[in-house]
Amino acid sequence: MSDLEAAVAAGVLGADEAHRALLQATVEVARAIFGAKAASVFLLDEEADELVFEAVAGEGEGDLIGMRFPAGNGIAGWVLTTGEPLVVDDLSSDTRWSRTQAESTGYVPKSMMSVPLLVDERALGVLSVLDRPTESKLRLAEVDLLGLFANQAAIALDLLQRARRARAALAGEGRLAPLARVAARLEEDERDTALELLTALDRLLAATS
Amino acid sequence: MSAAIELHEHEDEEELPAWSLPAEAVDRIRVPVTLPEQVTREWAWGGSTGAGVRVCILDSGVELEHPLVGRVDRSVAVLRDDDGELQVVDDAEGDLCGHGTACAGVVRALAPDAELTSVRVLGAGYKGGGETMLRGLAWAIEEGFQVVNMSLSTTRTKYVERLHELADHAYFKRVLLVASAHNMPVESFPWRFASVISVGSHEETDPLTFYYNPTPPVEFFGRGLDLDLAWLDGGTLRATGNSFATPHIAGICALILGKHPDLTPFQLKSVLYQTASNAREAA
Repeated sequence: MSDLEAAVAAGVLGADEAHRALLQATVEVARAIFGAKAASVFLLDEEADELVFEAVAGEGEGDLIGMRFPAGNGIAGWVLTTGEPLVVDDLSSDTRWSRTQAESTGYVPKSMMSVPLLVDERALGVLSVLDRPTESKLRLAEVDLLGLFANQAAIALDLLQRARRARAALAGEGRLAPLARVAARLEEDERDTALELLTALDRLLAATS
Repeated sequence: MSAAIELHEHEDEEELPAWSLPAEAVDRIRVPVTLPEQVTREWAWGGSTGAGVRVCILDSGVELEHPLVGRVDRSVAVLRDDDGELQVVDDAEGDLCGHGTACAGVVRALAPDAELTSVRVLGAGYKGGGETMLRGLAWAIEEGFQVVNMSLSTTRTKYVERLHELADHAYFKRVLLVASAHNMPVESFPWRFASVISVGSHEETDPLTFYYNPTPPVEFFGRGLDLDLAWLDGGTLRATGNSFATPHIAGICALILGKHPDLTPFQLKSVLYQTASNAREAA
């Protein structure tokens, strides 16, 4: 999808916030479904090759957003790179992981279910459900459910990224910035007229190509 | 490499038929393993410890001197050199996640005398992941390991063709690829290829219980729920996932190959089917 199409699809302004809310709602539902203490989404920053906390529900909510980890190491890194879900039940025995986790987030979960967020053929990040109740014995159906749920989270994350790209394209010196400025200056009925003009131009180009 | 060249590699004295089978050549392709009327687990791996079988763990590395893993014969990593080229080099990093150590521990528990080699294909970050995995797999096939445990997959279609070629090459080179299936609704590889053994999880606790699935693409189910596994710093950890069911099947394959080293991947898959918990007679 081109930046312009993405911009239109994203409804352009204010969409970033709506998509962030969608992602937040997704982790909250994930936490509720599994009766867990926390759920979180890591987004892959491909440029930096790092995982970034994008949404957190429960423990750590509010403090962790924006925190970064190398994308190739640890359990989340393994899940992202191999594309395979992983459920770990007594993380405290992984002293190396717990120490890093405690130093960086202050919250050391005992258990973690992690699943890659895949859209088409891209891995966008990792969804983790932390500390589900210890008394309930894990069933494979729960892992399958997490996989299904990850699909939904992946779509939310994809929308958020598209909205960001669209906003970047429309802002400041972005390629589509002049278009956004023109659209912003127009009154509502003028905007309709401008859109009709663009539609006519589109038809003309389609007819001549 | 052509099939004819492949066959010549196995030749002892007389030329083996490549593209057709003349009547006088029938004797020359006598299959070294004759299956009994009823393939039992006793026939398949009774008395075997996996001795003489070389198993490769393609993963995050394997921790050296872990009590549940024991001897690791060789550790290599796929890394980029100064020119950006991927190279397979000796590795002293150990395990960057714990997962590779866990898989090695599962194979060791089932096949105590199998030789283990670790190929670390993780740690280069996400970006280089696909190329690194392909390079590691190609190396493992060229090295001729009898069993390669691959608890990993890719969704990138740009790697599918090369991965498919490698999987088929391995199949004819008697390198058995045992790969984790995805329990998510996504298209991923190499587990979907018919030339590999794809593994999902069942919920039982016996490590030797495994099932044949008559409705693939997942062909076998191994133990994958609530496992106590070797992990970092000599420790253990309880975990669940198809990625741990995979080394269970890899370990059973090592046992079978320890007793019947001449089995081809095709024959081995057939023995697995006949000894699967849902395919054999009530003991």
